[in-house]
Amino acid sequence: MSLTKSIRYNFMKDIGAPAVMGFAKAGKKKRRRKPNPNFGPPLKCANRLKEIMTRHYFLSRYAEGARPVAWVTSGAPVELLRPFDFYTIYPENHGALCGAQRLGPELCSVAEEHGYNQDLCSYARIDIGHFLSGKTPVGKLPRPDILFASNNICQTVAYWYKVLAHQLKIPFLLFDTPYNFEEITENDITYMVSQLEEMIPILEEVSGKRFNNQRFEQIMLLARDSSFTWGEVLATMKTEPAPMTIFDAFIHLAPIVSLRGLPVALDYYQTLLDELRERIDRGIGAIKNERKRLMWDNIAIWYKVRDFSNLFAEHGMNFVTATYTNAWAETISNMDTDKPLESMARTYSLVVLNNNLNHRLGLMERLIKEYKVDGLVIHSAKSCKPYSVGQYDLKRLLMDRLGVPSVVIDADITDFRAYSEEQTRTRLEAFFEGMED
Amino acid sequence: MNSPYFAGVDVGSLSTEAMILDTTDEPVSYSIIQTGANSIDAASESFEKALAKSGVSQDQVKSIVATGYGRISIPFADKRVTEISCHALGAYHLFPDTGTVIDIGGQDSKVIRVGDGGKVLDFTMNDKCAAGTGRFLEVMADKLQVSLNEMGPLSLKAGGEVSISSICTVFAESEVVSLVAQNHPKNEVIRGLHRAVVNRVWSMIKSIGVHGAVTMSGGVAKNSGVVGLIEERLGKPIHVHPEPQIIGALGAALLAKKNFLRASP
Ligand code: SF4
Repeated sequence: MSLTKSIRYNFMKDIGAPAVMGFAKAGKKKRRRKPNPNFGPPLKCANRLKEIMTRHYFLSRYAEGARPVAWVTSGAPVELLRPFDFYTIYPENHGALCGAQRLGPELCSVAEEHGYNQDLCSYARIDIGHFLSGKTPVGKLPRPDILFASNNICQTVAYWYKVLAHQLKIPFLLFDTPYNFEEITENDITYMVSQLEEMIPILEEVSGKRFNNQRFEQIMLLARDSSFTWGEVLATMKTEPAPMTIFDAFIHLAPIVSLRGLPVALDYYQTLLDELRERIDRGIGAIKNERKRLMWDNIAIWYKVRDFSNLFAEHGMNFVTATYTNAWAETISNMDTDKPLESMARTYSLVVLNNNLNHRLGLMERLIKEYKVDGLVIHSAKSCKPYSVGQYDLKRLLMDRLGVPSVVIDADITDFRAYSEEQTRTRLEAFFEGMED
Repeated sequence: MNSPYFAGVDVGSLSTEAMILDTTDEPVSYSIIQTGANSIDAASESFEKALAKSGVSQDQVKSIVATGYGRISIPFADKRVTEISCHALGAYHLFPDTGTVIDIGGQDSKVIRVGDGGKVLDFTMNDKCAAGTGRFLEVMADKLQVSLNEMGPLSLKAGGEVSISSICTVFAESEVVSLVAQNHPKNEVIRGLHRAVVNRVWSMIKSIGVHGAVTMSGGVAKNSGVVGLIEERLGKPIHVHPEPQIIGALGAALLAKKNFLRASP
C-alpha cells in the first residue's frame, strides 16, 4: 500500500468526502416532485441511505493503493475479509445501480461485443462491460487486489470472477458451498471450514495484515446484529397497513448487502427501525389505501421499481414481503462466535438460492401466512436461472395449498431488452382483475 | 325505452371481433375482420359491421368493453378488460362446466384456470416468443404453400408424422424447408408442426393443471389437427365452439352488460 495514497484516502474520508457531499447537497436545486396521493409520507431515512451509499462509492475512488480492495459477491462470507480492512466493492450492487439508471443494455452490449453471450447473467455482463470500458455511473470503481466469490447464489459468479482474475492477474478466492438437497452434512461443514481456513494466509498476504481473531469475532457480532435488525425492519411490514413497501426495502437493502460487518450498517438499520416503529405507532402506512397485500419473488426489476411502485399503489396493493429481501435476514441466526467458521459455513450454505425448492416452498408458505399475503408476483428473471427455476411449480403449489393467486412476469433484473411493457401490462391487469372480488 | 344492447370488441394482433348482445345474453350479431395495421380502425370497422348485421343502432348499445392487445387505444370503449378475464367469462358462458381455458391466439397463447361464475383463478401466458402461437402456424402454412384452414384437415389425413425438433419459429421454418426438400409428405410435416405447438402449450397446461372441463378458444381452435392432439394428450374431449375466435368478444360483451347494470341499477 502506498503512503501518499493512504494519506490522500484518509484526507478524503475525514474531510474531502463530507465537504464534497456537503457542496453537492447545497448546490443541488431541490427538485420538488409532486407528492403522489397514493403514498403515505416518504421515509425520512431515505436521505441518510443515499448519503451512506454515495459516500461509499465516492471514497472507493481513493481506496485503490490506500487500502486493500476486494470485489465480493452478495452471498460471500465477507466477515472473513473485514479484519484485514479490505475496501469491499459489490459488483452486483453496482449492477443494480446501473440497472436502476437504465444503463443495463449499454454496459451489457460492451460485454456482448467481446463475445459474452446475451444469456449470461446481466450483472456479470454489466460488470465485465464496465471492466472493459470503464463506464460507470459512480465515477470510478477501484481496481481490486483480490476477488472473493461464493457459489451459494449461483455458479455464474465462479466463472465471471475467474474471467476477472484472469484479466487482472490477481488471486481469486472461491467459497464453494455444497448445494443443500436435503440437509447440510457434517462432511459438508468440514469441507467449507477448511476452505475458510485456507483463505486466511492468502488474505494476510494480500492485505499485509495479520489475522486478528478478536476483531473477527467483533465483526461477526456486528454482522449478525445488522442482519437481525434488518430482519426486524422487514418484520415491521407484518403490520397493517405496512409502514414501508418492498420497493423501499429493495433500496434499503444496499447496506446489508455491501456494508455488512461495518458499524455504519447496524447504525443505519437501527435508525430505520426506529422510524418504522414510530410510523406503526402513528398508524402511518407506506401507501394510503392498503387493500391488498402482496409478496414478490426473485430479484427486483431495477429499471421498473419506481413505475411498479406507483402502479401497485394506485391499485391499493402493497408488497409487504419478498423472498429476495428476506435472504439477508433468514440464516444469520446460525452465526456463533464460539464456533466462528463452522457457523459461517452454515449461515452461508443455507441461503435460499443454495437450498432446495421444498425449502423455498416452505419459506413462501410461512411468509404468506405471517404477512397475510393476498397475492404473489413472480419475476421470472432471464439473468437469474437459479432463482427462476421451479417458479411455475411453486406458483401451482401455492395456489393449490393456500389458494393464493399469482402472476408471472418475464423480465430481467437490469437488461430491459428482455422486458415487454405490453405483455407485462396485460398480465398485471389480468392479475388485478382477478384480485377484485 | 328501447331495450338496451351491449357490445364487446376484441382487438387481437391478427383478427378483431365484435359481438353484440341483448339483455338475455343472446348474441344478436358478431363480426370477424383482419386487424391490419391500425387497431383503432379495425375496432370501429368490426363494431360497425356487427351493428349493421344486427340492425341495432349505435345509441341502443349502452355499454362497450374493449379487450385484446389493442384494447387500450379504442376510443369508444367504456371500459377495458384483459383478454384473460374475457376469455374465461366467454368460455364459462358457453360451456358452464369449463374449469380450464386454452386460448391459442395469433400472438400469444394462454391457459386459464376458471372458477365459479367465470372468474379467473390462475393463468399463464407464453413468453416473448411466437412458438406455440397462431403466428407459428401462419408462418409455416406460408412456407408450405397451404392455407391456414387446410392445415387441420391435411394433418388428419397424414399416415405418419415427421418430428420437428426446433421450437424457435425461425429455425423451424428452415427445418420445414429442408424436410419438404427431402420429399417428406406435406401432411406429415404439418402434423409434426401441430405437435410442436401442442408440446409448447402442454407445458403451460401442466403448470396450471387441468381442472374441470377444458374449453379451447382463439383462432387455432379451428384447427382440428391441433385440437385432436390436445385431446389425445389430455385423454378427454374438449369443448370447441364453432366460432372459437369470438369467445373474447363475447366475454367482453357480457362484462359490458354487467358494467351497465352496475352503473344503473
Ligand atoms: S443474478 Fe442470479 S445469476 Fe446473476 S449473479 Fe446473482 S444469483 Fe448469480
